[in-house]
Amino acid sequence: MTRARWLIPGLCLGILVALVAACLLGSVPLPPARMAAALLGQGEPGDMLVVWQVRLPRALAAMVAGAALGISGAALQGLLRNPLAEPGVLGVSAMSALFATVALFYGFAAAIPFALPLAAIAGALAATAIIAWAAPRTRSVVTLILVGVGISSFSGAIMALLMNLAPNPFTLADMVTWMMGSVANRSLDDLALSAPFIGAGAVLLVAARRGLTALALGEEAAAGVGLDVARQRVLVVLGAGFATGGAVALAGAIGFVGIVAPHLVRPWVGYDPARVLVPSALLSGLILVLADIAVRIIPGDTELKLGVVAALIGAPIFVMIAIRRGSAR
Amino acid sequence: MSEAGLLVEAASLSIKRAVLLDRASLNLRPGELVVLLGPNGAGKTSLLRVALGLARPDIGTALLDGADPATMTAGQRARLVTYLPQMRDLAWPIRVRDVVALGRFAFGAAPARLADADQLAVAHALAACDLGDLADRATDTLSGGELARVHIARALASQAPLIVADEPVASLDPRHQHQVMRLIRSFVNRGGGALVVLHDLDLAALYADRLVWMNEGRTLVGGSVAETMTPHWIEAVYGIEASVTRTNGATRVLVGR
Repeated sequence: MTRARWLIPGLCLGILVALVAACLLGSVPLPPARMAAALLGQGEPGDMLVVWQVRLPRALAAMVAGAALGISGAALQGLLRNPLAEPGVLGVSAMSALFATVALFYGFAAAIPFALPLAAIAGALAATAIIAWAAPRTRSVVTLILVGVGISSFSGAIMALLMNLAPNPFTLADMVTWMMGSVANRSLDDLALSAPFIGAGAVLLVAARRGLTALALGEEAAAGVGLDVARQRVLVVLGAGFATGGAVALAGAIGFVGIVAPHLVRPWVGYDPARVLVPSALLSGLILVLADIAVRIIPGDTELKLGVVAALIGAPIFVMIAIRRGSAR
Repeated sequence: MSEAGLLVEAASLSIKRAVLLDRASLNLRPGELVVLLGPNGAGKTSLLRVALGLARPDIGTALLDGADPATMTAGQRARLVTYLPQMRDLAWPIRVRDVVALGRFAFGAAPARLADADQLAVAHALAACDLGDLADRATDTLSGGELARVHIARALASQAPLIVADEPVASLDPRHQHQVMRLIRSFVNRGGGALVVLHDLDLAALYADRLVWMNEGRTLVGGSVAETMTPHWIEAVYGIEASVTRTNGATRVLVGR
């Protein structure tokens, strides 16, 4: 219990340190004193630009998107009672990215305010709803993950079609960035556009957390202890849809962070699905901030995509959990 | 006037043309232990689900404390009756104490947030089921017998006047079977009502106040062990020949004559 008490403060501290590090590190050297001055709004114009227009917004975007994916992953895992459920694996991110791409490249995003996050959320909700609809009809989570693979492939195919139709190479490059996930060139305005939706989703999920513990007993027994299972499902679908959609609108489709963070947090909180939520959000925010720092300081001509780094770390862990579960059962 | 206990009257239920229940009836009052007997696929679980309001019968009525349980919220229902379904495995290796605390869910409690009354109920339930030493163990490290006891403790923690348990002793060794049945029996002796599905006729004869015999969606007969634990009803329900002996008040069933 005492260990658990230090988990959340520890993670908050970690995020703070990582955000400072993100402001310090980069291609332009910026000593701590100048960085601090710029952060407080008293630095030279050049430093101010680097901190406030480039490094901080990008780090914050990584943190917020990571937190959204982490809490969505933890909540979906609780709902589906499986540690392999995650917005990326279940096709939620892919569908969301597809809808966002359509909004972006057919000009809705420019014409209507909030069209981009709304489209991303619509995509995320569509996929989450399909998953939640299929879940009670199949007892097997493998089937469910295959449904997710189906949604991903379908979204991928439509995305490929859009690429074929891309009017010019620049649009094509933008689409690729979107699919792979990146927080490069994000501004505080982009953040402000997505944050309300991510916040709303997180509030819904935190409100539904008690039911996630009850679901550990199975749906029948959860109903037996007094959980309205249908309402619980709607809350989690909406919450995960809003949070994931917001994250995709901000950073594109970043997979696997939603698996890694809850997996690491679980032993610390006694595997209680309710107590996993908030630390998962914090840890996965921290992971993405660190991953984004890595992306920026790894030397090379072209920058690695954040989603690629996340998958390089996350996919092996996914496979490891899957194999371990297989041998345990 | 509200009738304490649960009551199902002439309930029929079919899903996709398969008849699960055919005018089945059942009642349970506080202070009695009713055992529901019947072969696999007889519709026992369906009958429990109807009684609990988890399924609504096509025709017939279900009443829980005099009201239709299907119109109650899950929380209202859970405060009147605790349901222990067949599946005992948990999705996560959460702590014993936290599983038992889930019995307090209908009172707005969560394992991370227990009011004084909740803590007290959990502590009592853990003690009653002799789980004090296991309280902080993860559930995946428990034996089947221990896990069955954890679920009984969860039911006791809810302090609901009724317990409905679907095969609570399935796949347990004799010692643990009796342990679980004794816990349910002492709950009934304290004034609770329990409806238990069993497959072991000797165990049923030993602990039940009343038996309900079920086959092909119908409740054929209900009554005391002395009245209904007979070769006639055993053959009618299970399709097997059996002899029943009674010595010193103990009923023993020998299958296959």
